[in-house]
Amino acid sequence: MRRPRHKTGIILAALGALWTCAVCADIPAARKAELMHLLDQDCGSCHGLTRKGGLGPALTREALAGKPAVMLREVILHGRPGTPMPPWNSFVNEQEADWLAQILLEGKTDAH
Amino acid sequence: MRTELFHSSRKFFLSLVGAALVSACASPRGTGDLGIIVERAAGSVQVIETSHHTRLAQVTGLGDLSHASAVYSRDARYAYVFGRDGGLTKVDLLRGRIDKRIVQAGNAIGGAISQDGRLIAVSNYEPGGVKVFASDTLELLADIPAGSGDSKRRSKVVGLVDAPGDRFVFTLWDAGEIWVADMHNPRQPQMLKFPNVGKQPYDGTVTPDGRYYIAGLFGEDGLALLDLWQPEKGVRRVLEGYGRGEQPLPVFKMPHMDYWAQANDIAYVPAVGRHEVLVIDQKDWKEAGRVAVAGQPVFVIARPDGRQLWVNFAPPDNDTVQVIDTLSLKIVRTLKPGKAVLHMEFTPRGEQVWLSVRDENRVDVYDTESFERRASLPVDKPSGIFFTSRAQRIGQ
Repeated sequence: MRRPRHKTGIILAALGALWTCAVCADIPAARKAELMHLLDQDCGSCHGLTRKGGLGPALTREALAGKPAVMLREVILHGRPGTPMPPWNSFVNEQEADWLAQILLEGKTDAH
Repeated sequence: MRTELFHSSRKFFLSLVGAALVSACASPRGTGDLGIIVERAAGSVQVIETSHHTRLAQVTGLGDLSHASAVYSRDARYAYVFGRDGGLTKVDLLRGRIDKRIVQAGNAIGGAISQDGRLIAVSNYEPGGVKVFASDTLELLADIPAGSGDSKRRSKVVGLVDAPGDRFVFTLWDAGEIWVADMHNPRQPQMLKFPNVGKQPYDGTVTPDGRYYIAGLFGEDGLALLDLWQPEKGVRRVLEGYGRGEQPLPVFKMPHMDYWAQANDIAYVPAVGRHEVLVIDQKDWKEAGRVAVAGQPVFVIARPDGRQLWVNFAPPDNDTVQVIDTLSLKIVRTLKPGKAVLHMEFTPRGEQVWLSVRDENRVDVYDTESFERRASLPVDKPSGIFFTSRAQRIGQ
């Protein structure tokens, strides 16, 4: 199955957070563990190990409530110009960014 | 007599053992070769000594220690640990236990101890500002909201240091300001404010003599400099446009200016968005060169004698440490200590450096002359390493 296109993602989000990460199941467990490590440690250096924020904003489920997953994916991949948020697309691909966005929105703290 | 007392008082003896006493026998010891290592995920610190590379105690229950830092009491017995969750914990190194602990804010970044050792200041993110406490009791003495102008919005505060003259100096990240707090009356600090110092000042530090405060800028190429001997002259910009208009590289971890790496009137700072260490001549605050390095530098720290600089890096180069010879400005050694080297700390006279290798759950000890690894200690997700020699240094 193909990954949903950008516009499809927006529509899905707009329809009431029905977003599901269609191809996340394809990410191997070992890679998911690496991604969680990246989220905790490297994202955590600005957003906090517990995602409660630091120099960067909080990324808790509450803080992100209502934010479209596709927006989170785009910020993860391409950063936010004018802020210290860098583009992470040299570390994660689109599918992995989708998965991370889902983890954040659900407030999950482990890969399972 | 003393032995009898020990045997007769079983309870007393057990309490001594339970406290994980640094010295199992009752003989007194100094603290000059002690330090702590932060275990960031476990919320604990290890008390270590550098003469024999041994762990003396583990102190738990310090909360969220991601990005934790510490300062020392002037007698170098107590470490004040600043946790991310706003926790301020006073750790007794000799007893290997918490002496006092408070949670003073929702989200904190660091702190400082005053020149006379009586005050502890903490810089906060949420709510922003600075709080000042008595170092013995941790009683709150002053709350400085640090809003810009008439704004009620509290700014996130970074780069908090002590300075001579009973002062604390700090930087407002959101507002782009530097403030100097005169603490002669700790309950009513007098504030000197410098607005418009530059875009997104991300950290600040003070020279070892306590004269110059300098803030690194993230939002533009340059540094903001304040002469604390002549604050009336204001903040000026130095090293403006060091990026020469080139597009900056992405920065995957903020650099730090916690330590002022300085030798022979030359200072060394991490460039932002360039894989370079900037060399500054302190006589005129002009660029005196730059050294190309393996990645985005995070810490650039000088060995206490000033002859070497040790540099670690942001991801993806955080498995690497480079050593620069300050005489030739050449890289003399590239080390690969392991995955995620987060922090480095020299022993007081610099013959060893201790490195946190977070993802390998180790702290390694290197000889700074031969670059050989002398020891390795198991530590759970180590980050900051802080030795008691900081107790006697301005700005640390």
